[in-house]
Amino acid sequence: MIEVRWHGRGGQGAVTSVELLAVSAIAAGKYAQGFPSFGPERRGAPVAAFTRIDDKKINVRSGIYEPDVVLVLDSSLIGLVPVTDGLKPDGKLIVNTPKTPEEIRRELNFQGTVATVDGTGIARKEMGVPIANTTMIGALLKVIGVMELDAMKGAIDHRFGRIAQKNLNAMKRAYDEIKILN
Amino acid sequence: MGKRIGMEVAVAVAEAVGLCNIDMAAVYPITPQSHIAEHLSDLVADGHIDCEFVTVESEHSAMSAVIGASGAGARSYTATSSQGLMLMHELLPIASAMRLPIVMGIANRAVSGPLNILNDHSDIMPQRDAGWIALFVENAQEAVDLSIAAFKIAEHKDVMLPVSVNIDGFQLTHMVEPFEMPTQEEVNEFLPPFVPHATLHPSKPVTMGAFAMSDYFTEIMKAKDEAVKASKKVIQQVFDEWGEKFGRPYKLVETYKADDADVMMLTMGSMGETAQMAIDELRAKGVKAGLVKLRLWRPFPFEELKAVIGNAKKLIVTDRACSFGGPGGPVFSEIKSALYAEARRPLIYNYIIGLGGRDVQVKEFVGMFENVLADTANKAADTYEFWGVRE
Repeated sequence: MIEVRWHGRGGQGAVTSVELLAVSAIAAGKYAQGFPSFGPERRGAPVAAFTRIDDKKINVRSGIYEPDVVLVLDSSLIGLVPVTDGLKPDGKLIVNTPKTPEEIRRELNFQGTVATVDGTGIARKEMGVPIANTTMIGALLKVIGVMELDAMKGAIDHRFGRIAQKNLNAMKRAYDEIKILN
Repeated sequence: MGKRIGMEVAVAVAEAVGLCNIDMAAVYPITPQSHIAEHLSDLVADGHIDCEFVTVESEHSAMSAVIGASGAGARSYTATSSQGLMLMHELLPIASAMRLPIVMGIANRAVSGPLNILNDHSDIMPQRDAGWIALFVENAQEAVDLSIAAFKIAEHKDVMLPVSVNIDGFQLTHMVEPFEMPTQEEVNEFLPPFVPHATLHPSKPVTMGAFAMSDYFTEIMKAKDEAVKASKKVIQQVFDEWGEKFGRPYKLVETYKADDADVMMLTMGSMGETAQMAIDELRAKGVKAGLVKLRLWRPFPFEELKAVIGNAKKLIVTDRACSFGGPGGPVFSEIKSALYAEARRPLIYNYIIGLGGRDVQVKEFVGMFENVLADTANKAADTYEFWGVRE
């Protein structure tokens, strides 16, 4: 089972992303859970959201405290929120930032896999908005494998309709452009 | 087997209710039930279901409206949480006394104060004696299945009682997870049209919810008690029919590795599956641990509970609510009472867990078993403890 914790700010779409990812993983034959950090959320305030993906039925319903992967949707949270808390030492940290993985590794002193991509830059170019939640699904899928990028198409089409393709393009670019430091 | 799909559980519940050919819904939105209210109103507004969606100004009005609609012969649904359920409280015994087969989804949430919007069972527990059938579910599949089956139970001629389907708030309502959604055709086959035994109609006046003084009140209460008790048989029948049609059988009391268990735990609601993982861990260490999951809270399944407790020496009852100054949590009291007359009964321990959304991890469930097993002098039996409390 892979457990992912997403860090974002209210309104950046972390919850939408975990939902789209879980729906897509389930459609692809996997078992998955997608859930927000429960409770009130405010636009702009730090939020977390969670994904579990497995090949067999998932029974655990408690929170995720030792994730395999942490995805940071908004790099301004680094230093503000302890994003690597509980992240397994051999886990994977994915950050939406123009910085290199080496820089992030130095900043956070995290020795596991570090991967970076300028998701916001890609989202701006591909969709004209600085909202990188769907873009970063591409980055995540590159790092964790588990399913093809194409598996996202159904859920993205359903959610975004006529702007779905732009989301898929941005996702694909993040998938291709992410830099991974093992 | 249908295809597994992923959907947020609250939305799935609204979709499931939407398959039930409901005539009327009155739902006042409240966290964490809101997505049920929103999605059901979408289904109506978008013309997917032919249903009157009554927008009300409070939960008291929501329950009043479904009582009126159900009395007029409409298949009626509502859903609420926490304070909303507390506001409905006054009307709940009226709905059951009038023998109205209303179905209500409850996204279980802590009751104020202090204000808390997260999950526990302190909203449903004060409704225990309202004369409603109360079912608990532990995952998306059960929430979908039992939200549909609830109508068949409620409307059965030998039942004619309102049913609540208790769905843990957030832990379930806000979870995207896989389940199979029955088709409209399948639900039509399973759930016949609602044929009320009497209806309010201007051209054929009847009295419902009449006045009764001491000359009849006791008899009416006894009749209601008989009705609630008798519903148990029908509930299992409907579960069996569901199992036959959909391949997912349900029981009034579910178990996990309970057959040869020396030490057991009892849960209600969504924590059952997490506790199941603790059972697996303990079994791997050679502890004969087992789990009992109470699906039916009212009517209380006495015989079924006794049958699964078997020869267990110790039973840990978990409670998600308090009975302040009482003998322990409300479920604990009930279980103790149910087993009191048994010549052979387990020592019963009580942990009050998961209040106001506090998470309970697998290792904590294991810890509860370890504590109880370490109590060789049985000092903690018959007492209760707030698990993980900071003092």
